[in-house]
Order: sequence, then structure tokens, then C-alpha cells
Amino acid sequence: MTYIPKPKIAHPSLPRNELGLTRRDYEGALSTLCAGCGHDSITAAIIEASWGISLRPENLVKLSGIGCSSKTTAYFVGGAHGFNSVHGRMPSIAMGANAANRDLYYIGISGDGDSLSIGLGQFCHAIRRNVDMLYIIENNGVYGLTKGQFSASADIGTKAKKGDVNQQPPIDPVLLAMNLGAGFVARSFSGDKKQLVPLIQAGLEYPGFALIDVLSPCVTFNDHDGSTKSYQYTREHYEPVVEADFVPFQREITTDYAAGEAVPVMLHDGSRVVLRKLAEAYDPTDAHAAYDYVQQHIAKGEYLTGLLHCRPTTDTEFHGLNRTPEQPLNQLPFGKLVPGAKALEKVLARYR
Amino acid sequence: MSAAPSRVNDFVIKIATVNGTGSASANTLLMKSLFRSGIPVMGKNYFPSNIQGLPTWYEIRVSKDGYVARSGKVDIMVCMNAETYARDVRDVAPGGYLIYDSTWPRPALLKRDDVTVIGVPLARMCNESFKGVRTRILMKNICYAGVLAALLDLDVARIRELLAETYAKKPALVESNMQAIQLGYDYAKANFACPLPLRVEKMDKTGGHIMIDGNTAAALGCVYAGATVAAWYPITPSTSLMDAFKSFADKLRIDPETGRANFAFIQAEDELAAIGMVIGANWNGARSFTATSGPGVSLMSEFLGLAYYAEVPAVLFDVQRVGPSTGMPTRTQQCDLISAAYASHGDTKHVCLYPANPEECFYMAVQAFDLAERLQTPVLVLLDLDIGMNDWMCRDLKWDDAWKPDRGKVLGREDLEKIEKFYRYVDKDEDGIPYRTFPGVHPKGAYFTRGSGHTQLGTYTEDAAEYQIVLDRLVRKFATAKRLVPEPVFEGGGKAQAAIVSLGSCDGAVREALDVLAARGLHLDYMRVRGFPFGEEVEKFLAEHEIVYVVEQNRDAQLKSLLTLETRIDKARLRSLLHYSGLPVSSKFIVDGVMADLGEGRRAVTGVAS
Repeated sequence: MTYIPKPKIAHPSLPRNELGLTRRDYEGALSTLCAGCGHDSITAAIIEASWGISLRPENLVKLSGIGCSSKTTAYFVGGAHGFNSVHGRMPSIAMGANAANRDLYYIGISGDGDSLSIGLGQFCHAIRRNVDMLYIIENNGVYGLTKGQFSASADIGTKAKKGDVNQQPPIDPVLLAMNLGAGFVARSFSGDKKQLVPLIQAGLEYPGFALIDVLSPCVTFNDHDGSTKSYQYTREHYEPVVEADFVPFQREITTDYAAGEAVPVMLHDGSRVVLRKLAEAYDPTDAHAAYDYVQQHIAKGEYLTGLLHCRPTTDTEFHGLNRTPEQPLNQLPFGKLVPGAKALEKVLARYR
Repeated sequence: MSAAPSRVNDFVIKIATVNGTGSASANTLLMKSLFRSGIPVMGKNYFPSNIQGLPTWYEIRVSKDGYVARSGKVDIMVCMNAETYARDVRDVAPGGYLIYDSTWPRPALLKRDDVTVIGVPLARMCNESFKGVRTRILMKNICYAGVLAALLDLDVARIRELLAETYAKKPALVESNMQAIQLGYDYAKANFACPLPLRVEKMDKTGGHIMIDGNTAAALGCVYAGATVAAWYPITPSTSLMDAFKSFADKLRIDPETGRANFAFIQAEDELAAIGMVIGANWNGARSFTATSGPGVSLMSEFLGLAYYAEVPAVLFDVQRVGPSTGMPTRTQQCDLISAAYASHGDTKHVCLYPANPEECFYMAVQAFDLAERLQTPVLVLLDLDIGMNDWMCRDLKWDDAWKPDRGKVLGREDLEKIEKFYRYVDKDEDGIPYRTFPGVHPKGAYFTRGSGHTQLGTYTEDAAEYQIVLDRLVRKFATAKRLVPEPVFEGGGKAQAAIVSLGSCDGAVREALDVLAARGLHLDYMRVRGFPFGEEVEKFLAEHEIVYVVEQNRDAQLKSLLTLETRIDKARLRSLLHYSGLPVSSKFIVDGVMADLGEGRRAVTGVAS
């Protein structure tokens, strides 16, 4: 058997959230990824984030495509429905599922191959449709399951394990998402759980498409000298510019922020994301300024991290635009959906 | 057949025009006038994959006996397109009539002694009576409808009534159109012996019937089935199905209190995304569908395999057009029978439904959702361009208000509360169909859906035995499907030595052919298959007939292949009659094919009277 369930043993003193659940209740099956894989750290951050906001496990929907990253949906929140679909096509499954039930939380886990090569089209169009979901790209610049080919996020000049040097320019999902009008665009690093957990919480609560591009080094195929996606290179080149704290509904903002430094962004349910700028010149709520700022730093070989762009307005969210009812479409009674015999007679009059 | 001096309500009119010139309005006007006069009528549109300027034909069959197929001949040809004049002239049957625009006389091109030529100066009359280039072109087409009204003795009051309905909000257009009708009508009355021996007479055979195309009927079926998520990518000839759904939903599915739309209509970026959305929505408990054509089915194949293996319902309407590749997008064929039945790699099979006309499109659309949810698998409804885009006369669609959807085996909150643990792919009822759950209902309902190898408990596996348990259950599920898909339709006493097996839009042509053959002393039985996989009735019928003609509209005998692969029939007993020109099959084609084939065996067959 290649499925390894985790034994459920919880120490009675483990802390419990508002639902009375421990962190263990948010775990899934055992990971079968390589020891030290960045993806496992992201899984841990998702578990921490979900526990922290007391997410009902059954209200989470986990979606993925194909690849190492896509396998991880089995490794967190075992009490949630999961859908491991086909390569590069997770966004369309997410769109359909979200159209059917707007009330649930949708988290899509993808990789740089899944989202930036085979699934680039679906990734872009999910942003355009502003599907209410958190979309995480576990970005390692390499195809892991097929043993080390460059992905579309590989930087020019980066070296493969077998020595090839990449010559093609990379596709940057953060710039792409900003360009397509995404309202929540973040970058983080699998090794920075402190930054990642509130980003995941904010992304889950954000009422629209939320992207987190997480640099997640591949220990087996892309962690060597000459790689620009290794642990060492990422640590040396990543620069947090905006920290985000997630403050759930009805909770006080308790952290002290220096005046002018903290920008609270209100979400639809009354929760807030507090953005804390670490760079003076940077305004994450201004899409154009954010785009320029991020692009300039990429040109210098620096990965800016944090919630790089956040727009509180949600007037283009899918259900809003399509005027669907508050009640999810999959729960509308058939009596409301089927017009009946009398209405049919009226319809037929046109065809006589 | 003796050439009767007068033929009432039994002839074919073909109108050759240029697309984008408003001829569709004129043709619909003629069709509906006949229909409202109680006369069975059928219209078929042969149009180009183009918006303006290319040749297009419309064929109206007036048939007192209610035959709906092409007869294979043209009695009256209306030549409105200079470009196709020569071939249109050739197509008229001996003894027939040819109407042309005599503003530009074409004596050299009209050399046929066996055809009566009727020249009407349509352009000249319209140029004198109307202003503006566009109006003159449009009115020229309305004008030929007036000519035909006089020649056929069609009730002009009916035409006025239809125009008044069409242009209820623009009364000025009623008058200008009537003026054009009158111009043609009066000219014909003044210059020719009206009516022709081919003429119409009021009947009462269209009561309780409507004129509707299959795409519209299927879309209406989706509304009535309770579908809430429609996702699609535009492709001819399926687009009008989605357009119709949107238009019906905009009227019938807007909440009267809140103004909210009780449906989501999503134009996807491509067919891959369209079917992905349909699978995602169905997986999450909403009834969802897409419509496409052959190229779309190719693109959707990977996802269809996922839905088959992960057991997610989905409904797909494939409005077949001519292949291979891009083929001829505006011509008809039944060429996706195999690609639909086996879409996707690996051991994959799909439930297919084969409606024969718009009436069946409506009912089968509803049934498709029930079957998809009952069987937890994709259901492909195979229309074709002929059914989907042509107006067919069919019986009134009926709805039973006591109808309840069959959502299949879904565990709700209470069910989950009661059970110890939920396993997604266990065959509890031994019919091959497992139970499913929807997200957000109960933590016990959680499971993992995947296209990778899985156990019956829903967990990932690469274990040979565990993998096979699931794969073998899917075979049992398909056996259950055989009992649930619509049963075939049979005609004849079942005792004839020879039979015809066919499907979908061939039905009209086959039925007429059976009558013609019977009149010649050849009695054949007939089975129209309506669903895949084939059930026991199909096996039985095939076993009981020595000679079986398989009539279908593709080159490679795809229905015959399916019958050979999926039933016990001896391949040698199946004989193909294949029509794949892109035009709908005619009754004549089938009659000729059977006659030619029976040859010396003919005596044996005629010996059996039905």
C-alpha cells in the first residue's frame, strides 16, 4: 500500500481552537515526498493556518492538478473533500465546484509546471473570472516527478542538476497575476512559516482570487550550487517587503504598529488583513506601483515577499458578477429550478 | 410511379441563396405558413461556415404523410444565387419547376426541356418599390416567398399573421414585408397559371405539434432537468444549444423576488476548461452540462476519462458535424459514435444516448442528468447538426409536474451521522454503483477524488489487487447501465428475415424507406438503438435476423463497429449502408442500398410478409 494513514493520537494537553479541535485534527495522510521537501513545510503552514482560524474541516475543498505539489492535498485537513484532477486543469474544476457552492473555502495547490506550463491558460482565466479561492503555487523551478527538467519558472542562467543551463526567460506568476487584475497577490518562502501562515489565512478569507507563490526548493533536483531556486540561494535573495497579519472577525488588533506603517484591509466578513510595509517607498494597495516595484526587484535578482498587492474591493468576484443567489446553486430546491408544465405550454407557443 | 397531373401536399422545394441576405426569414415564413395550414413539413438548411456571401440552400419538404427525411429529389428549385445556378438547374427532378430572377435572363444556362422555367423579375420589382441597397436585397428574398405563395396556393393571410407576430414591435416592417410578398404574388398570378399541379391544400395534421430544432429542445430539457451550471466553449453546430439555455434561463430561472439568477452560465477559455467546470460542479452536487462538437470531444477526452474513473457525473451534448479534423463544420454526420463511446485513454467507456429528433432531445436531456447521477459517470448525448440546427415538426413536449430528479446514491447529513465510516468506492448494493457525498455536508463524508490508482476505500494505491477491485466493479456498473439506458425502438413484426438497424437522425429516412420497400413487397424489421451500452433487447434483435443492414452517417461504419465490439453478433451478418456526404441521408439512399444488396436473395426476403 502506498497510502499511509497517520495514526490519530492526540495528547490531551494539545491546544484546541474555537471548534475544540487540535492541530492534529487538521492533518492528513503521511507525506510521501522527499525528506526536506519545501512542499511539506507549506503543508504544515496550511495545517497551522486552518487550525488557527478554526476552519470547519468539512467546509474546506482541496483541489490540485498533477505533480509533487498536487500530491500534498492528501497531506492536510483529512476531514475535507479533496480532488486531485488532471495536469494543469485544477482551475476549471475549482471554477465548477465554486459555481456549485459559494459557501465553502476552496484551496488549490499547484506547482510551477502545473500552473505555468500545461495549465497556464486555466491559471490566467481563473484569475480573470475572479474565482473565490486561495491558489498556492509551490514553486521550485523544476519538474520533480519526472526527475529534474526545467520548468517555466526557471531563471535564465540557472543550472540543472545534470549541468544544463536554462536559456529561456521565466514566467513570473506574481507579475502575471497582477497584470491580469488579481486582487490578492503574495509571494513567500516555504522556509518562512511565520510569514506564510497569516498569508494563507488572509488568502482563504479573501473574497476573490488569492494567489500565493511560495518558493519551495526541491531538495532532490534543484538544491545544488548554480540553482536559483535552492534553499541557500532563496535565503540570500528573498526580501520581505510587506508583512501581513490576519485578524479574524470580532478580534481586536492587538499588535502595535508604528503610525503610518500599518494598512488595514477589511474583508467582507469583517475580518481584516493588516499590511505592514517594511519598505518606505512601497504601496501594496496600488496595483501599478506594486507591479513596477516587484518587477524592478526581479530585474535585480531579488524576490520580494509578503502580500505584494491587496485590493479590498470585490465587485468582480464570480458570483457577484453573475448575480447568483446567496443560497448555493447546489442547494436550490428543484421546485425552484423546474418551471413546470404550465410554463412549458407557454414556451411552446413560440414554436407553433 | 406514374406522373400524376396534380400532386397535393407532397413535394420538395429547394431554395438557393447567398448567406447573409435574409433568406432565412423568407424560408421560415414559408415553412411556418405551411405548418399553420395543418400540412406536415420539414425544413433543412445547408449553410456555409461563413457569415456573409457564400452559397446556402434551404430545402422544404411538404409531406402529407409526415415523412421528415430528405426524399432525395427536388421538385421546385428557387435559384437566387448566380454562382450556383448551373448546378441548381441540374438538381431539379424531371417534370419539376425552376424559379429564377429574370431581371437578368439566363437563357444559355437554363437549357432543360424537362423542367418548367418560371422567370420573375424579383430584383427589378424590388428596386422599383424599395429604397436602400440592404432593404432591396432583403425584400427580394421575401418576394420569392410571395411568388411561391401564388404558385402553390398558399394562404396569404397566414403569411400576414406570421409577419405580424414576428414584427409585433415594428409594425412598419409588417407592411414593407407584405408589400414584397404581394409584389411576387401578384406577378405570379398575372403571368403564370396558378396554382401549379404541385400545390398545397389545407390539412389538419399539425395540431398538437411544434416546429423546433434539437438544440433548442435539448436546452429546454436542461432547464427542466434542474441544471444550474452551464459551461461551454463556442463551436458550431452546438453553440445554439447554449444560447437557447441562456435565453430560457434568463426568462425561467430569474428569482422573481430577488432578481438573482438561479444558474451560472460560464463561457470557458476552451473545451478542456468547459468540461473541467462541468465535472467540478457535478462533483459538488450541482447538475451541470456542456455542449460541443467532435473537435471539442477530442479536447475533452482526458477529463472524460477522469470523470469515468473517479466516478463523477457529467452531461455532454455532442452535436456532431463532419470530420475528420475541422472537417465541414456546417454539415451533418454521425461520426463521433466511437470517439464518444470510448473517449480517453485506458480502459474507458461512456454511456451514450442517441436522440432521433428534437422531441427526444428534450426527454433525453432530462434523462441524461438522471442517468449521470444514478450511474456517477459522464453521459454523452449525441445529436447531429441535422437534428440540432434544423426545424423539425414534432409532438408537443409534455411535462409531468410530479417528476422528481433521480440524484442517485448520495449520502446526506443524516445518513452520514448514522454510519461508522464512509468509503467512497465500495459496492454495497452489488450493482456496481457506490455511494457519494458532497463537500460541506458532514466531516464523515470527506473523501479524496483522484484519477490516479485508488482502492475501493478511496485511498491512493499502486497495488495490483486493490486496483483491480475498482476496475472490475466499473465493469459491473456498466452492466447496470445496460438496463438503465433507453431501450431501442422496434418496428415490424420481428419475423422478417432482414432488418435495418440504425440510430439518431437516420430514423426519418429509414421509416420512409421501410414504407417504400414494403410497397415493393420487401418487408424488413427495424430497430433504432437509443443508448449505449447496448442491452439484451439489442442482442436479441440482432440474433433473430439473418441479414442486418446497419444504416448510419459516417464512412467507417462506426455503429457497426460498436455492435461488433459490444454484442455477440457475427460480423458477417451486418451489412453497412453508409452515407457521409455531409447532407442528411435520404430515404432514396436506403431504398437503393437495400434493393441493390438483396439481389438474388430478394425472393427469400419477400416471402415473409409482416
